[in-house]
Amino acid sequence: MIALLLRDLKLAFRAGGGFGLGLAFFLIVTVMVPFAVGPQSSLLSTIAPGVLWLGALLACLLSLDRLLALDWEDGSLDLLATAPLPLESVVTIKALAHWLTTGLPLVLAAPFLGVLLNLPVPGFFWLVMSLLIGTPAMSVIGTFGAALTVGLKRGGLLLSLLVLPLYVPTLIFGAEVARRGATAMEVQTPLLMLAGITAATIALLPFASAAVLRINLR
Amino acid sequence: MTLTVSDLSITRGGIPVLEGLSFELPPGKALILRGPNGIGKTTLLRTLAGLQPPLEGTIEGAEDQIAYAAHSDGLKPTLTVTENLMFWASVFGTSGIQRALDTFDLNELAERHAGNLSAGQKRRLGLARMLVTGRPIWMLDEPTVSLDINAVQMFADAVRAHLGQGGSALIATHIDLGLDGEVLDVGPNKAKPKPIDDFDGGFL
Repeated sequence: MIALLLRDLKLAFRAGGGFGLGLAFFLIVTVMVPFAVGPQSSLLSTIAPGVLWLGALLACLLSLDRLLALDWEDGSLDLLATAPLPLESVVTIKALAHWLTTGLPLVLAAPFLGVLLNLPVPGFFWLVMSLLIGTPAMSVIGTFGAALTVGLKRGGLLLSLLVLPLYVPTLIFGAEVARRGATAMEVQTPLLMLAGITAATIALLPFASAAVLRINLR
Repeated sequence: MTLTVSDLSITRGGIPVLEGLSFELPPGKALILRGPNGIGKTTLLRTLAGLQPPLEGTIEGAEDQIAYAAHSDGLKPTLTVTENLMFWASVFGTSGIQRALDTFDLNELAERHAGNLSAGQKRRLGLARMLVTGRPIWMLDEPTVSLDINAVQMFADAVRAHLGQGGSALIATHIDLGLDGEVLDVGPNKAKPKPIDDFDGGFL
């Protein structure tokens, strides 16, 4: 399992691996927002939590179609399926590698981009916390979508259509934590809901992902 | 362990391709799989490797015993030859890739990225992967594609050595590898189309 994780990280960081793609997209979206909505700092600070969460979600989505497709195309998914590793572990490791190369950099970059949108000071902590708790769910749900569409030509569009509705609860509660945090309100309820969604997806979805992958490999 | 296949029927895309196939593959033996294009050789190998369930019949002795080499080698172009082999050795819980490098004459290419190898060299690397799996039953699908005469000989020697160590191999190939193995012609097991029953006949 460690070998698979290390290999995926190595592949992501090497030329053409796609590391930084989501991060660049997140930066571009956040920088563009003040141009689109105007420079009023009060307006920007109101919409900052939602915009940052939406930007992070779309950045996560951007790299999903490569998550299993490359292994499918070069045949290594078939070989992994015949290896001693259970497919449940394979998809979990794939999701973890995606989070480490996409989700975690977004979490770390979010406070700096929060400055660009005049995010209120109390919001920084809760923005980072909500993304830290919410982005693993996005990687796990994304892996499920990637497993559903692996092997389909132009599966990227279908993947987005399948995954976006599943992202909605995470987006609602994640952005709500950041929004409440920014306005110094109580965050416990949306934070627990967000953590619950993440825990449930991590516990359940790898089994579903492995099951659909087995069907798609036939 | 002997691989025993009894009365096996397999499908591709929901369409039966082979039916009533039975054979045994004991340790130390090679079985050369023959049959025309499209008859279901690849589907048979994928079924035996556990990638798809059979329609009917039983497969005994395959659980965690099979190393499968498909048409695609599963190589990562941005990893070196050593890194590619080390990865599969770690996944299969074996150690040491030197024997695989020696057997397929890959020592000089060890630090080269797989993306910079020729088709034949990639194939050799893909076949070297079989050695690092440590699995006793090899399932090889057209293993000699892109290989030159020397590399084919290298591969045949590797299979002979594997058989000598008590392993076995099922090889789908159209060329003569000079192996002392039996031939399994799957042609007679081609699935027959279902006869039209009375209901369908009446409707037509």
